[in-house]
Amino acid sequence: MTDVLVVAELVEGEARKTTLSAVNLAKTIAEGTGGAFDILAIGAGAAGAAEALTKYGARKVLTAEIEGDYICEKYAPTVAEVADDYEVVAACASTYGKDLMGRVAAKLEAGVASDISGVEVDGDDILYTRPMYAGNVFGTLKVTTETQVVTVRQSEFDPAAEAGGASPVESVDVEEDDVAEKVESLGIEVVKSERPDLTEADVVVSGGRSLKSAENFENVLEPLVDALGAAMGASRAAVDAGYVPNELQVGQTGKVVAPKLYVAVGISGAIQHLAGMKGSKTIVAINKDKEAPIAQVADYFLVADLFDAVPEMTDAVKKAKG
Amino acid sequence: MKILVPIKRVADPANANKVKVDDDATKVTSEGLEWVMNPFDEWSLEAALRLTENAAEKARVGEIVVVSITPGEGDTDHIREALGKGAERGIVVPAGTDEQLDASVVAKILAAVVKKEEPDVVLMGKQAADGDSAVAGTKLAELLEWPVVNYATNIATSDEGKTFEVKRELDIGVQTLKVEGPVVFTSSDRILRPDSIKNGVTPDDFEYADLGDLNSRLSNLKNIMAARKKPIDTMTLDDLGVELGVGTEYVKFTLPQGRSGSAEFVETVDELVQKLQTEAKVL
Ligand SMILES: Cc1cc2nc3c(=O)[nH]c(=O)nc-3n(C[C@H](O)[C@H](O)[C@H](O)COP(=O)(O)OP(=O)(O)OC[C@H]3O[C@@H](n4cnc5c(N)ncnc54)[C@H](O)[C@@H]3O)c2cc1C
Ligand SMILES: Nc1ncnc2c1ncn2[C@@H]1O[C@H](COP(=O)(O)O)[C@@H](O)[C@H]1O
Repeated sequence: MTDVLVVAELVEGEARKTTLSAVNLAKTIAEGTGGAFDILAIGAGAAGAAEALTKYGARKVLTAEIEGDYICEKYAPTVAEVADDYEVVAACASTYGKDLMGRVAAKLEAGVASDISGVEVDGDDILYTRPMYAGNVFGTLKVTTETQVVTVRQSEFDPAAEAGGASPVESVDVEEDDVAEKVESLGIEVVKSERPDLTEADVVVSGGRSLKSAENFENVLEPLVDALGAAMGASRAAVDAGYVPNELQVGQTGKVVAPKLYVAVGISGAIQHLAGMKGSKTIVAINKDKEAPIAQVADYFLVADLFDAVPEMTDAVKKAKG
Repeated sequence: MKILVPIKRVADPANANKVKVDDDATKVTSEGLEWVMNPFDEWSLEAALRLTENAAEKARVGEIVVVSITPGEGDTDHIREALGKGAERGIVVPAGTDEQLDASVVAKILAAVVKKEEPDVVLMGKQAADGDSAVAGTKLAELLEWPVVNYATNIATSDEGKTFEVKRELDIGVQTLKVEGPVVFTSSDRILRPDSIKNGVTPDDFEYADLGDLNSRLSNLKNIMAARKKPIDTMTLDDLGVELGVGTEYVKFTLPQGRSGSAEFVETVDELVQKLQTEAKVL
């Protein structure tokens, strides 16, 4: 019997969908071992956010109200205190989950299975699988410490479905560390977009350095993104050049996506970019260089100048979709 | 300001697709690949150099100690390279095997080194390009009871590292923080933009070149010669009072299945859209 604690990720008083990927993991472990799982909503507006989290079959939903912007030093003491009663503590491997759980793990002297892509309950063991070497090797590991800390890759764990019923909600005491006084958040510029979230979208269209400017991203790429009802992504080169904000980076150090359709526009396909998108179902490359390494993973490769092909494709997609 | 920069030696990440798994699937083998400095650590080293110099006068104004925990006898080529780029001193901690060096033990060893060296800042990579775990920095900060700022893109200080103003990248946007040292930073891809580092010594209007990945301080001959004279101390686990002992145990490694086929080249947009509709059925 393994009990799992899921640490929810709240933004502006609501749980992000990342939370439900961690709930999916928790369910798998709890069902496989005959244990239970609870969800901890922590942060500003936790009590309000808890309501929506009661629908997923958790034994209970715990809340810890902490005012102000997220910083890991403020959250970790409470998470670690609550987590002490569980065998597994899980969060999504978003920047939030990675930032927070390392600190929690150190407090609990726990080993970490970071950014896992799979889980299997094997008798008494829980076996985690995780991509390494930019997705070129998969390692299967056990966490050998009393508490196991796990972060899950969102693209590999579907959001948990609602389970009917409503979990009871309980609040927990907030713990504090002196170290939190050394950090002050001056603000988080939360980027809002009308488009689907990159890590949740069915279709992703990403642009590379070859787009050449922020204006071209807007005038050339965005119409195609919108015609496809897609999320927009980018290579690191495009982000570094300042054409688009960093949240759009796909790859080893950016976001990992696995949509039904991924369109790589003027992206060469460096190993670190492939690490973030090669799990996509169908991959299209638009590139004027037939030899570009993106060909290793593309299903369809349109050899063309993007400045001709993308507007043409935008029209064709609009027509095809009626 | 004294900065400790932990660097890991990794199998060349640009050729990560050539990494293999041995016959009984218990080890990753990287034969034929070069050992290189973890690129994330290379960026951090350059950021640390910028924090400890007057760039306009090409003068060092602080101290950088690089430390690497290296399996077996303790290879030091990557430490020499860091000294060639400008770090003042190196420390090698020979310990265990790559499999035995998970983030738990790495953080413990680094914490012991910090206690001996007493730096103002630890500036490190957010992840090692082999294991991709991104855990060691945050764990280290907790062991030291220091704050940590992960994924930093901008680091500014005007009081020699007593306080910092920092920006960092989160999935949801950019966070601005004020933090009191000593502190652990891990750097983002954007840490080497021309205006990323302000140390209050280099004149504010000084512009670093936009380097992308590669940084300016390639070990030229003069630097290499100078680096030969710089000390690399060895610290053993005994010296540091740390025992090996990890929190994770890998039971097997596998190579991913390649994607189904090779790319189908199409000539026209119409052909592409038609195939997406009828073959792939994604439109
Ligand atoms: C440690 C590390 C981590 C990294 N992490 C990431 C990451 O997370 N994500 C990431 O993306 N990268 C990452 N990188 C960078 C990566 O190695 C590449 O440099 C980057 O992905 C290249 O971006 P790009 O494909 O846009 O540019 P380029 O490699 O310059 O490719 C441009 C492509 O556009 C094509 N092209 C040019 N003009 C046109 C046109 N008019 N029409 C059609 N095609 C055209 C060219 O043929 C070429 O294939 C990382 C690198 C390192 C070292
Ligand atoms: N063996 C090592 N020696 C020195 N530093 C290391 C070692 N392993 C990890 N690190 C540091 O910890 C960071 C994060 O590594 P990881 O948590 O393993 O992804 C790296 O970028 C390095 O700065």
